[in-house]
Amino acid sequence: MHHLHAACAVAFVGVLLGAPAAASSAPALQYTVAGDGIPHSLTGVPGDPTRGKALVADRKLGNCVACHQLPLDAPFQGNVGPNLAGVGSRLSVPQLRLRVVDMKLVDATTIMPAFYRVAGLNDVAQDFQGRPMLSAQQVEDVVTFLETLK
Amino acid sequence: MKKIAETLSVAAAVLALAWVIARPAGSAPDASLAKYSVGSEKAGYVYLDPQLRAMESDPIENPGYLWVDKGKTLWNAAAGSTGQSCASCHGAAEQAMRGVGAAYPKIDPQSGKLVDLEQRINLERARMGAAPYAWESEQLLALTAYIKSMSRGMPVRVAVDGPAHQYWLEGKRYYETRRGQLDMSCEQCHGQYAGRQLRGDVLSQGQTNGFPEYRLKWQAVGSVQRRFRSCDTKIRAQTLPYGSPEYVALELYIASRGEGLPIETPAVRK
Ligand code: HEC
Ligand code: HEC
Repeated sequence: MHHLHAACAVAFVGVLLGAPAAASSAPALQYTVAGDGIPHSLTGVPGDPTRGKALVADRKLGNCVACHQLPLDAPFQGNVGPNLAGVGSRLSVPQLRLRVVDMKLVDATTIMPAFYRVAGLNDVAQDFQGRPMLSAQQVEDVVTFLETLK
Repeated sequence: MKKIAETLSVAAAVLALAWVIARPAGSAPDASLAKYSVGSEKAGYVYLDPQLRAMESDPIENPGYLWVDKGKTLWNAAAGSTGQSCASCHGAAEQAMRGVGAAYPKIDPQSGKLVDLEQRINLERARMGAAPYAWESEQLLALTAYIKSMSRGMPVRVAVDGPAHQYWLEGKRYYETRRGQLDMSCEQCHGQYAGRQLRGDVLSQGQTNGFPEYRLKWQAVGSVQRRFRSCDTKIRAQTLPYGSPEYVALELYIASRGEGLPIETPAVRK
């Protein structure tokens, strides 16, 4: 169920820059999708798994535990999305990076927010316009933490 | 009037707190849930902690009744240049308002526009030569809750055909459109994922049959549009002003989704 759909796979063969253009006029963030992943680090600076672990539980930043169960000490873990225990052995680093950057490139109808996207969003509140939910380095931190979940 | 609002909120907060503390966990009676479901539609009551269900169902313990009682006073109070009260024209609300709240929002025959119950109350105030109540004012919440509570237990039944149809379509579009930095729609949380755990909350179907409702978080009764604004805020979307046509249309669409659910006003929620 969580595998890349065939139709999407075709669309992602080759190179795709940022998110598809739509409603908002913010310039797309730059990264390169290849196949089912984003092979290169968004910053070139290695992620910090300790910071990543804090980010996935932080209500104002990742707040991944709102929807996912994760093997860490955080109260009220949600079950809107799949349990992420072991996700580091199911998915490669490029695959994890693509899913945190913009899950909608994997599954166009998913409820999971894109954490590194500013283009093509609708009616974004003033305070949050033009900036992604996580910075490029925060995405790397989260990905590096997920990679440890073997 | 601000004074009254504060007094009421504090009284309600104390009541609510006393209730939560006094009630031993697990002793809440398991009220029958069947009447809160119609086909696949379920009221928020069904997803609620048993303790809060018990609190809602007990008129002494439900803080929302402080607003309902205030509404009864306002129903009978003369206001405006004509010196009339609601009761001067309508008589006892128990008869005159039975079923009325269950049918809103509704097309106003005068203007041909869709209006919700709050807007209808202010149209009546204009007729009396009285200034409109502000949105989320103690008075508007109280009178809306009072009128709506006269339909308690009666099924939600709104007209969505004829001139209401275009509003219904607009409300449906709002409900299904993803928005905000989190890029989510009402439908995703309350349709697709109703019943799932989202951090500290169990997602309900987002039904509106209990509004105006008392929320522990607000320590007060709030309107349905206050709830819309809090959900839009949660997904970091722009909120619309109170009374905006899009939110009134959304009220109509959601009421039609929950057609047949019993009016619960004043509901109690987290
Ligand atoms: C609002 C809900 C929601 C939030 C918040 C959310 N996710 Fe997800 N996530 C989902 C859902 C639902 C899926 C299942 C895939 C789908 O819907 O297409 C998913 C799938 C995933 C997957 C793929 C899992 C697999 O086994 O294939 C990863 C990795 C992931 N999420 C990581 C994250 C991280 C990291 C965060 C926070 C930075 C996060 N998610 C926040 C709902 C969410
Ligand atoms: C991120 C998920 C999410 C989204 C998106 C969302 N809501 Fe909610 N909503 C909640 C949560 C959590 C609650 C509190 C628990 C419950 O009743 O579902 C809630 C409660 C409600 C309630 C109160 C239900 C009751 O019984 O008292 C209504 C009405 C509602 N939402 C309508 C909407 C509308 C309309 C939209 C879109 C404008 C929307 N919601 C978008 C999460 C969401």
